[in-house]
Amino acid sequence: MSLTTSDFLAAWWTIAVGTLSNASCAILGCYLLLRRMSLLGDAISHAILPGIAIAFLLTGKIASFPIFLGAMGIGVLTAFLTQLIHRGGVTEDASLGVVFTSLFAIGVIMVSAIHSVDLDPGCVLYGLIDAVPLTTQPFLGFEVPPAVGTMGSVLIVVLLFVNIFWKELKLVSFDPDLATSMGISATLVHYLLMAMVAGVTVTSFEAVGAILVVAMLIVPAATAHLLTDRLWSMMLVAVGVGFLSSLFGYIGALLLDTSVAGMMSVVAGLLFLLAVFFSPRYGVVSKVWHNLALTLRISGEDIIATIYRAEERAGGKTSGAGIGLGESLRAAGGGIVGWLAVAGFWWQGLLDCRGSLLILTPDGRRRARSLVRSHRLWELFLEENVELPLDHLHDPAERVEHFIDRHLQEELNDVLESPRKDPHGRPIPPLDSMDEA
Amino acid sequence: MPTETPTVPVSSPEESPTTGTDSPHVLDVHDVTVAYHRRPVLWDIDVTIDQPALVGIVGPNGAGKSTLIKAILGLVRLASGSVSFFGQPYSSARSRIGYVPQRGSVDWDFPVSVLDVVLMGVFGKLGWFRRPKAADREWAMECLRQVGLADMHTRQIGQLSGGQQQRVFLARALAQRASLYFMDEPMAGVDAATERVIFEQLGQLRQQNKTVIVVHHDLRTVPHYFEEVILLNMRLVAYGRTEEVFTPENLRKTYGGQLGILTDVATSMASKGIRP
Repeated sequence: MSLTTSDFLAAWWTIAVGTLSNASCAILGCYLLLRRMSLLGDAISHAILPGIAIAFLLTGKIASFPIFLGAMGIGVLTAFLTQLIHRGGVTEDASLGVVFTSLFAIGVIMVSAIHSVDLDPGCVLYGLIDAVPLTTQPFLGFEVPPAVGTMGSVLIVVLLFVNIFWKELKLVSFDPDLATSMGISATLVHYLLMAMVAGVTVTSFEAVGAILVVAMLIVPAATAHLLTDRLWSMMLVAVGVGFLSSLFGYIGALLLDTSVAGMMSVVAGLLFLLAVFFSPRYGVVSKVWHNLALTLRISGEDIIATIYRAEERAGGKTSGAGIGLGESLRAAGGGIVGWLAVAGFWWQGLLDCRGSLLILTPDGRRRARSLVRSHRLWELFLEENVELPLDHLHDPAERVEHFIDRHLQEELNDVLESPRKDPHGRPIPPLDSMDEA
Repeated sequence: MPTETPTVPVSSPEESPTTGTDSPHVLDVHDVTVAYHRRPVLWDIDVTIDQPALVGIVGPNGAGKSTLIKAILGLVRLASGSVSFFGQPYSSARSRIGYVPQRGSVDWDFPVSVLDVVLMGVFGKLGWFRRPKAADREWAMECLRQVGLADMHTRQIGQLSGGQQQRVFLARALAQRASLYFMDEPMAGVDAATERVIFEQLGQLRQQNKTVIVVHHDLRTVPHYFEEVILLNMRLVAYGRTEEVFTPENLRKTYGGQLGILTDVATSMASKGIRP
């Protein structure tokens, strides 16, 4: 397959329309996601059907602008009716479900009553994105497909809306009660947002179809939320996801010879999966990494505490006592984790080798002493305050010792009035400072 | 004696110092009844606060403490009654009123920084469309400083501890520069340091002749923190100076079981009102 200029132009315009439409949806989707109303986009995309029909009845033709207005009106009506029913004692999700299915049904009846409107289900699902490059018309002095002009204008309206109401949208999305108490009516802002969502939905419908619109109202925002911690960066990333979906969706559709809009949605879903795995805060990979790091720390600490106890039995730090590798691996719970823990602590300068024995460095000894101190303070605390029998003390202390920091040590020490011996009669090692003094 | 009547005047008008050039009362809640789905949850509440004070609202779970605050602020509809602030309706007085909702009422994963949240405190004064300026940011930082969180201003709010989050809410309230504050459980589940900071700030607000009305859950600290107390359990049990109305008898009335009849009546009204 050789690429010609017209192939390239077709690709360019299709990706452009996809990106413009995805960007509008992604930006508004951020607010829907943060307000926990993501499915509202889906609901409104159904509910606007009577709006389209009424606009058609009034004007007698399928034109973008009247339909845009009709959809916005229905968007507000959906939000209003939902609130009305909700206030009557029905839960919010059920109210929404009742409203959008009823409006959709009314729309279907109206459309079938108007015989001159031809509503092709395939066209509703996938839109006309495959047909984007087929026609062009002059727009600002350039020959562009009409959808580029429409979706470009819609994006500009969305950007203006977000810019003008930035402060209001943020406040209402975060804390609607405070907003209302300040005179910035959460209800009014909500209606404005619903009108925008409905308007964007209906215009995007024609260009890219229902699947892509609903996906773009949810998926880019959800992806961006995993990766960012500011609203503006969340929107930027969401728009980026919209662009990448458009680009790779188009390429994928070409390669697999399938629906462009469908493929764009699939790519968005894949990007979301990537974010789930690699998000720095919530990601699976970072969780696995943190768990591994914690496991290695605990295993390493168990090893140095074992060596410290061996030193203690042999008569103190001058004894130069150590333990064999086998014993240290057993202390660490064995296996690959043990090896990694030994290597890690050796690399951090906490462990050293002498012959076949693992011994403590001065740093390692300090850390080990603090651990044993935590362990024995905790055993004493359990005995005195929880009144556990002697043979119940070691296991809980073995787990907890890794999480008692210096601050907690001091608190325990104060509560127990600076004890010298643990319940088994072994000495509680002093703090480093006391040791040095 | 004062426990017999629900409303105990804080002081007679003659003793009351002039609290402002324009205001007969700081807050006047007159015969307010609130219903959810026609089931009354607050009955005929009358509270008149004559002069600046730290006021605690106490009562058992489900007593309508948060609802009372929301009703006063116009966030839930009144079934009957009226509320005025400094002698004015809410719409004219709202720039002088600050609000701290319950910490659990917002999403702390929301992608905003600590400073962003505090800055929201000035949005009311800015009104629609106007953007916060550099001076507003300065002021928000100053409010953060007062609650001891200035060095955390760039953090995303979810990275704070519960107590720190509560202090962010307090800083946001300070940023509102109000004269009358409503705070919903600001000391619920906070650490000792936060409780100290909040109490200090309440004291400072009081010194600036401001009124702070606080839903509070810890009965032991009520006499220590609050000059006046509202005892609430669906109806007003007592309101007045803490040393006068915070009595074992009133607490028994508030937390005791004799309010069962009210619940029964409310249930009966709800069942007749909505469903046949």
